[in-house]
Amino acid sequence: MANTAAARFRREERRRNAGHVSFLAHKGFRWLWVALALCAGATLGYLLIDQEPRPNGGTWYGYTLGTIGLALIIWLSLLGVRKRRITPGAWSLKAWTSAHVYLGLSLIVIATLHTGFQIGWNVHTLAYLLMLVVIATGIFGVIAYATLPARLSTNRRDMTRAEMLEALAALDRQLAGAAQPLERAEADLVLAALTQDPFASGVVARLARRYPRCATTRALAAITGPGEAALRVHALLEKRAEQLAQIRRYLQIRGLLEVWLFAHIPLTIALIAALAAHVISVFYYW
Amino acid sequence: MSQSYRVAIIGSGPAGLSAAARAAARGMSHILLEKTDHLSDTIFKYQKGKHVMATPSNLVLRSDLDFAAGKREAILGRWDDQIAAQAVTVKLGADVVSIQGTKGDFAIHLRSGEVIAAEAIVLAIGTQGNPNRLRCPGADSPMIQYQLDDPGEYFDEHITVVGSGDAGIENALGLAADPAQRNIVTILNRSADFARAKPANVALLEEAEREGRLIVRRETEPAEVRDGELLLNTRDGQEAIPCQRIIARTGSQPPRGFVEGLGIAFSSSDPGAYPQLSPVFETSVPGIHIIGALAGYPLIKHCMNQGYDVIEFLAGNSDLKPADEPILAEKFARLPGARSVAQWLDVFARNVAIFADLSALQLRELLLDSTCHAYEPGEVIFRRNAPGSSMFAIAEGSVAVEVNPANPAATVPIEQGSIFGEVGLISGRRRGATIRAAEAVVAVELSRTAALKLLATSPGAARAVTAISIERQLLQMFGPGISREDIAPLVAGAEVMQARAGQVIVTEGADDKDVFIIRSGSMIVEKDIGGRPVFLSYLPAGSYFGEMAVIDGSPRTATVKAAIKSEVIRLPGAEFLAMLDRVPGLQQRALKEMTARRATNAFIESRKGAFGGALDLYSETAQFLVDNGIGEATDVLLIDEKLCIGCDNCEKACADSHDGLSRLDREAGRTYAHLHVPTSCRHCEHPHCMADCPPNAIHRGPDGEVFIDDTCIGCGNCQRNCPYGVIRMDAKPPKKPSLLQWLLFGAGPGPGEAPYGWRKKEAEKQGAPEAKLAIKCDMCAGIDGGPACVRACPTGAAIRVSPDKFLTFAKLAEASE
Repeated sequence: MANTAAARFRREERRRNAGHVSFLAHKGFRWLWVALALCAGATLGYLLIDQEPRPNGGTWYGYTLGTIGLALIIWLSLLGVRKRRITPGAWSLKAWTSAHVYLGLSLIVIATLHTGFQIGWNVHTLAYLLMLVVIATGIFGVIAYATLPARLSTNRRDMTRAEMLEALAALDRQLAGAAQPLERAEADLVLAALTQDPFASGVVARLARRYPRCATTRALAAITGPGEAALRVHALLEKRAEQLAQIRRYLQIRGLLEVWLFAHIPLTIALIAALAAHVISVFYYW
Repeated sequence: MSQSYRVAIIGSGPAGLSAAARAAARGMSHILLEKTDHLSDTIFKYQKGKHVMATPSNLVLRSDLDFAAGKREAILGRWDDQIAAQAVTVKLGADVVSIQGTKGDFAIHLRSGEVIAAEAIVLAIGTQGNPNRLRCPGADSPMIQYQLDDPGEYFDEHITVVGSGDAGIENALGLAADPAQRNIVTILNRSADFARAKPANVALLEEAEREGRLIVRRETEPAEVRDGELLLNTRDGQEAIPCQRIIARTGSQPPRGFVEGLGIAFSSSDPGAYPQLSPVFETSVPGIHIIGALAGYPLIKHCMNQGYDVIEFLAGNSDLKPADEPILAEKFARLPGARSVAQWLDVFARNVAIFADLSALQLRELLLDSTCHAYEPGEVIFRRNAPGSSMFAIAEGSVAVEVNPANPAATVPIEQGSIFGEVGLISGRRRGATIRAAEAVVAVELSRTAALKLLATSPGAARAVTAISIERQLLQMFGPGISREDIAPLVAGAEVMQARAGQVIVTEGADDKDVFIIRSGSMIVEKDIGGRPVFLSYLPAGSYFGEMAVIDGSPRTATVKAAIKSEVIRLPGAEFLAMLDRVPGLQQRALKEMTARRATNAFIESRKGAFGGALDLYSETAQFLVDNGIGEATDVLLIDEKLCIGCDNCEKACADSHDGLSRLDREAGRTYAHLHVPTSCRHCEHPHCMADCPPNAIHRGPDGEVFIDDTCIGCGNCQRNCPYGVIRMDAKPPKKPSLLQWLLFGAGPGPGEAPYGWRKKEAEKQGAPEAKLAIKCDMCAGIDGGPACVRACPTGAAIRVSPDKFLTFAKLAEASE
């Protein structure tokens, strides 16, 4: 009893002593080394073992590599379940992500050796190509995860998303009041800016942060004075444009952090289907 | 003055109502005085539909009125009916301004000028106090009100709100919220800024002012209330504004002043102290009795029982055993010797030194909040590094302290009647040593709340605990081989000093020569490098500083200031030196320690060229973390925003590990140099949330976590007391469909906290509980693997750290890279 309490204290103290280590550098790049060893071992085997009649998925070594590859792919796809099932136990999603990245990359070598460089127009090659595309989208994801968070943080300036939207709503209320004394034409411009949904411009616009039909920009260019009311509205529009820009940058970065998953996940499902066809056909036509 | 009552009961809360009902049932002549126009104002002011809890559940209710957990309206309605049915004499609108006379012949003066005669008085006025009245002519005007229940019920009025706190601002905003009400709202502020209010409220007010929805008048106060008009003192002279209604929100006066004005003595000058009471609730003024929250019993059941008891005592029923007798009997049942409750109370009062000043009533109350233990010889009472902020008093037997972790055989005894565990209580940190029973021991374990209450109410106990804790802290600091005699002169010269956050204790370059021990709180050490303060290290409670200058006679090499509100023990330098000379070996040890600290300083100074701007960034990061409460934390969630992808998996994991509600808000909170402190519990050394918990439901658990147990009554005190806003009030959500059902069929809201709408709808369907209770981070206590937020972070952005491990040069330099 006392010993378990002491052991738990030691474990918790280790945790409290933790620093920020990214998933890529987790435990001194443990999974990078595992993946490299796996690739080196597979390559060495490929070069040393005499496969008859030629290197191919159908030799015993080919089957071995294929089994390793299949097992890896199934395990890699389970990350999505691990992420959502918060069960007790000393698992760490960071360790899973780290292993997911490096073991996923190692598949390039393992699966290529498994093909024996035999590429054709068939379901086997389809599975291989799907796998490469999944890995490519994954590489995009790793790069996004490694580079974008700092920008996201800088852009936030201590504001939550809800606070950004609230700040925009506050500006809108002020604009609605300030625009009352304006001429009809100018007031209409402000009204257009206020009634337009400033974020409804599609996925591409969001990722590229291009909003050519932004009514706020147009009103800002058109209302420049003279007169106190116009100047006040101009200043408020400037603030609104800045606030919009912050939210749009937020949407862009969050979009880039997520968009690749819309390819990665469906392609993984397609890959598993193709793999099933590959495995079944191989055994059926054995 | 037509009639003299046997008893006048002032205040119609649960305590007063119950007393009045008992008096009515006994046929005792009585009158119940209530200053408002309705009964039980405190509960009346609860928000509509609030679920009122009835704890402690093991306490039997002894009252002529019914009470069970339920909705505010149902409880108030039942009491109104029963008070009417039992023919209780009630006088509403009776605001007592003064009491004259003596036992048997009191004259109670009301604001209306009426005088009521009574032989005895029961004060049951609670702790809410009276709102401060305007200090200007016309303060009695009927235009003035001190509360605003529904801002939506006023139209077409000129309304002036006086007061610049949160209450005043919220009222003003509420009145101005709907332009359709056409109110012209003015808020007055005596000073130029709104320093007492929450920044969020001030921002809203300033926005409303910019939009012209209300008028803010700064550096202005009311000069005279006239009919339909308010005269103002402004910076530029007097000015009258039209005004039909004044909402005065200038704070309230705690009732203590009124009570002391009656000549009633309190147990100490501490703000947390209670009036001195006899076992029959009689104060130091014969004939005046105090019950309920004002007497230190904030729970409704306690109050109602005391109302019953006090009338029974007044009626001469001296055999009445307090309602808590069975609870005490149960507590004492596990102690050896088969003694009665009275016998045990006698043993504790006689043997334990710090209980010497307590009245029988206070001792009972203290023991209700405490646990009684019996230990076999050799049994471990607590271990080193175990969390614990309770204090033990030895009623019988003695214990042994293992002073050297490496050698369990080296022990120091603590004798019968003394205390131990006080360092954990005062510093809020983990136990410093393992303690065993040396012989068969009977000990009282005072919970943190009970112990603090004892120290606040009994000056004798406070003095004894301070002396013992200084001595033990010195013994611990100098390690094995030191005896109590060695340090006696040092203890005699020691002095406890309060330090507010940021207060400088030691100034770099000065040549004062005292040594300090941090008793509670923490310090940061800074050195001036190139004109800027550079953070050197963080010192938690239990550390000492200032010894270098004493030993080598040099000026102070660094500045030490309080990171948070702290207490330090100041030891005279000369005595300290004398002791180093007196005790062989101590000097060498002190020198060794000093060399290590010198090395850190030299290292950082040598790096100033290499780091340049990074050194600034590192110091500023340290300051940022201290400003955000890390200095008083024991275990805090930090997020590295260079790694955080904003997936909120930490929040989802938190919700899924705890009944479906997240106890952290990742996005909220402050960020500096990409280091983010989210809104999440810091598990403070001295938790603010524990300060005022009526059922005493907040504790520190076995892993150091601060958690709320299931006796929570949902009062929201902890939420208001937490300076970091990490406690939320919410009902336990209904069960969600399983993950698989969601994955395959899209059933339910999926992982993480379900949206409010879903929870509400589903709760109605399932008939789930609706009481909103306080919930907060419990550090995933009892869940194998530890905090889910950290385990579920896919990129390693989320970490939980302790300040003494994280506020170091290496970690901060790494974080600010």
